[in-house]
Amino acid sequence: MITVSLVLWPVIAALIALGLNTKTARPFSIFAAVAELGLVAFASYQSKNGGSSLLEVNVPWMSYLHTNFHLGIDGISMVLVLLTALLVPFILWTIHHDENFDKPSSYYSLILFMQAALMGVFMAKDGFLFYIFWELALIPIYFICLRWGSFDKGRITLKFFIYTLTGSLFMLLAFIYIYQHTPAPHSFDIQALYDSARSMDAKEQGFIFLALFMAFAIKMPIFPLHTWQPETYNMAPTQGTMLLSGIMLKMGTYGVIRWLLPMVPLGLEQYGTLAIILSVISIIYASCIALVQTDLQRLFAYSSIAHVGLISAGMFTHTKMGIQGALLQMFSHGIVVVGLFYIADILYRRTRTQDLAHMGGIRLQSSFLASAFMIIMLGSIALPLTSGFVGEFLLINSVFRWNAIAGVVAGLSIILGATYMLRCYQRTMLGDLREGQFLFEPLQPREKFILIALGLLVLLFGLFPSWILNLSDHTVDSLVNIINLKSN
Amino acid sequence: MTGNSLIGLIPLLPLLGFILIILSGKALSHSLTSVLACGSVLVAFILSASLFMSMHAGDSPGVFQYFNWISVDQFKVPFSLVVDQLTVLMMLIITGVGFLIHVYSIGYMHDDPGYNRFFAYLNLFIFFMLMLVMGSNFLILFIGWEGVGLCSYLLIGFWYKNNDYNNAAKKAFIMNRIGDLGLIIGMILIFTYYGTLQIADVNASAAQAATSGVGSNMITLITLCLFIGAIGKSAQIPLHTWLPDAMAGPTPVSALIHAATMVTAGIYLIARNNVLFALSPFTSEIVMIIGIASSLMAALIALRQNDIKKVLAYSTVSQLGLMFVAVGNHSYASGLFHMMTHAFFKALLFLGAGSVIHALHGEQDIRNMGGLRKLLPITFVTFILGALAISGIPPFSGFFSKDEILVNLYAHNKVIWIMASVSSMLTAFYMFRLVFLTFYGSMRKGVDHIHESPSSITIPLIILATLSTLGGLLNIPAVFHGSEGLHHFLSPVFDASGKFMTHTELSQSEEFMTMGLAILLAVIAIGTAYHFFISKLNLDRLMVAPKNMIQETLSNKFYFDEIYESVVTKPLQKTAHILYRYIDIKGIDAIVNDYGYLVRQGSNKSKGIQSGHITQYILAMVIGIISILIASKFFSA
Repeated sequence: MITVSLVLWPVIAALIALGLNTKTARPFSIFAAVAELGLVAFASYQSKNGGSSLLEVNVPWMSYLHTNFHLGIDGISMVLVLLTALLVPFILWTIHHDENFDKPSSYYSLILFMQAALMGVFMAKDGFLFYIFWELALIPIYFICLRWGSFDKGRITLKFFIYTLTGSLFMLLAFIYIYQHTPAPHSFDIQALYDSARSMDAKEQGFIFLALFMAFAIKMPIFPLHTWQPETYNMAPTQGTMLLSGIMLKMGTYGVIRWLLPMVPLGLEQYGTLAIILSVISIIYASCIALVQTDLQRLFAYSSIAHVGLISAGMFTHTKMGIQGALLQMFSHGIVVVGLFYIADILYRRTRTQDLAHMGGIRLQSSFLASAFMIIMLGSIALPLTSGFVGEFLLINSVFRWNAIAGVVAGLSIILGATYMLRCYQRTMLGDLREGQFLFEPLQPREKFILIALGLLVLLFGLFPSWILNLSDHTVDSLVNIINLKSN
Repeated sequence: MTGNSLIGLIPLLPLLGFILIILSGKALSHSLTSVLACGSVLVAFILSASLFMSMHAGDSPGVFQYFNWISVDQFKVPFSLVVDQLTVLMMLIITGVGFLIHVYSIGYMHDDPGYNRFFAYLNLFIFFMLMLVMGSNFLILFIGWEGVGLCSYLLIGFWYKNNDYNNAAKKAFIMNRIGDLGLIIGMILIFTYYGTLQIADVNASAAQAATSGVGSNMITLITLCLFIGAIGKSAQIPLHTWLPDAMAGPTPVSALIHAATMVTAGIYLIARNNVLFALSPFTSEIVMIIGIASSLMAALIALRQNDIKKVLAYSTVSQLGLMFVAVGNHSYASGLFHMMTHAFFKALLFLGAGSVIHALHGEQDIRNMGGLRKLLPITFVTFILGALAISGIPPFSGFFSKDEILVNLYAHNKVIWIMASVSSMLTAFYMFRLVFLTFYGSMRKGVDHIHESPSSITIPLIILATLSTLGGLLNIPAVFHGSEGLHHFLSPVFDASGKFMTHTELSQSEEFMTMGLAILLAVIAIGTAYHFFISKLNLDRLMVAPKNMIQETLSNKFYFDEIYESVVTKPLQKTAHILYRYIDIKGIDAIVNDYGYLVRQGSNKSKGIQSGHITQYILAMVIGIISILIASKFFSA
């Protein structure tokens, strides 16, 4: 029951928010998102005491397709459900709308819709249902970008939309193909799809691997399928960028863990190496490009590609360490990236620029912002005792044990990451005031509060990464077992 | 041994100090900040000292476990601390010297607008440094390892308005990170090979395996990786260039972080893993070679430096090199002994230099100084004591610690012994060049109101001078019928590795011979310095640009920065630009866009097909049906 309400509640809230006026939409939607977080906490409590069977819902849905409305929260889902529920209140709260802001209530409403779809993606245990949520998530973000985006939003949104849609098409084809091979009457249920795909020969599994990889790699994104990402992150309104990078990106990585690795072990055998190599190239390629970015948001965008490259490389080693590291790092990356883009937003609203060349000396005017940026940046460059460290260490460890050279190359990211982030920090925060520089308007209490909360989360999960690792421990165990069985 | 919570309290106190000071921002008065910051370190020192008192030479290490930090299958990292003789020694140095430098900073930083922030960072540094030496697990050690790097970054760039300082801070962090990658890879190899990251367990199983003679290649690889980490943190060739730049930070920082404690972390890392390093003769050779090369190179560069802090910085690189030679030579206790005396006299020298800079309102060029011995008497006397100690003049502490290293080298490796002796001689020369130019002669640049520093500065100087003078007594060699107290105290830590090494005992006469030679060389060096910089001081020669290639090379610090700039930094920038402009935007993204354009063009063309003429549709339908029929016929056959 609670599982369904996790999807249903944001929808209801979104509909209500749509009807509210500008003033009430904000407190209401934040309340709704916090309530959703409460629901997730309750669900997590329930699963601890009564096992995850309490969190399963499986009712017939479209009988002619033999597809069920099958939702469930196991450990892996829980990490991402928790991340989504944790981030959405922040994302809603970061909205600063002045009188020029177009239709705030629909903006809030779309974000809540988005949350519903994302929850669905992370809980769906039926291939068709997963696909529907996957595509549903695209609709709100499409409108968010198209309506509230900045320069050249029409072209960029269209490109982003078509790009990811193309990817999902491959996924749909793969699912249908597997579905066709399930014993009659066919089924889209995850277990049936697993069984069917795993009984195929190596060649078929290889094709399915490639099709699914295409869909997930575009979403993450992985080199060379990434070029929609920097301009989309740049163009989207802040909250859109946060949704895209903080949560939506994890649809891709989650998809790999849930719908790719256990589905086609023989495909993984053939193309796993390719996936890891592309991921490692992603890390180095994006890190290098981030070194010479002059635009703050683009810099964060490329840094995000580098981070997700490491996550991807780790999970494709299909070891427990790699997958646990990937889940932990997804969680940490979500918090950190929301923080980074919020800082970019705070800076932009005051300086009206994202150009590093035009910033500097902000620490002199707001030491608070400088400190908050420092903590979040440390999370990004994975200093121990910040949330980024343990995940990154586990990931590099898993890649290194897969192949020492790949491990060392992936490890270069700790040097390059520090280089571009410190450069960015220096250009924005440090240095002296420029002549004729605007007075930097002090932070509002709300901005301070959000930054404090995000900073604390970065430190908290750095000290207690086991909270996340324990959530998914058992599920990842059995997942790795399934993958290693090769075939049924 | 004291309980869990008391041990945990020692690093926790400075952390609490940091949190309180940083959270209260500017609300806290300067005096309250000083009390909090100094007090927390003082209490930590007292606790460490009582720990030291209660510890006996034979005590086995105490391990204190707090909670499970990471656990993924066999990969388990408890948050645990270890206290053994080595840790306690380090803790005493960190909190003791740390406390003195905290006190010194009260006077040194008194009118700095960032006073509170400075003390907060210092406290944070003490916390991380304690974590580094108390961590019982490689990853806990790594918390401290990276944490002190962060504090170093924050404090080098403390005056953040100046972008040169910011660049120095960034450079330090990045060069350290290069080393850290080595350390990370080393840890991964250790976990892969030994299945644990508990330092004691790793060394124990290495020792056990060694009896049957297995795995020496792997150990070599592991120790090389760990050594890369040590090179970064302890500023050895080729990752040494950050340390001279790090002098951008306030002088107490140079004394605490970049001389006495953080930069010795590399020595500590090797000493802590003495079994692993003892089992790899190859790595030990490398450690010695890098150490002696760094020592000589830095000593040579120091000859031609004119910034008082830069001279000391290169001297630190040189002395650290000597310590690496010692631990590479498997005389771990000697390396640590020198590390301890170095912490005393180098902190003293830096603080003395700070006192000079303070008195001269920021002047750092020794060519502009002179004659300060009458104006700054306390600073002068204490500085001289420090200089005598580092030059290895008996009975100052540096003599004993350096002598031990040299004697052990003489026994094992004569070539490196000669090189180390040369390096020591150079040390005595450039140190006294510094002393003579700064304190003797007459003031070369008019500065008003020169007066001795306040007592918060001079008292730490006096205490450190006492330690620098008497510190050698802790470990009087057996030739002088001494008790070798430090050796005995540390022996439980190094016992396990002792059995893998060959010991060559020197005869008494040989020992006296090396000792005498070292003293003679130092005296000659000081005499030469006296000749050049007092009796025959030629000021013009100091001011002119370098004349020959050797001088030029030295003045340009062997061109390391220039080489890195043209071999690493510039090509990387260029590659990044090419990747961005030509591969990413004009390459991959252009293909994606072209593809989209093609589809649009195609649909523009094909939309003509939707003409609305029924006949055309029917025709298309018929053609379609026929082709399907043909196709199905074709496939079924």
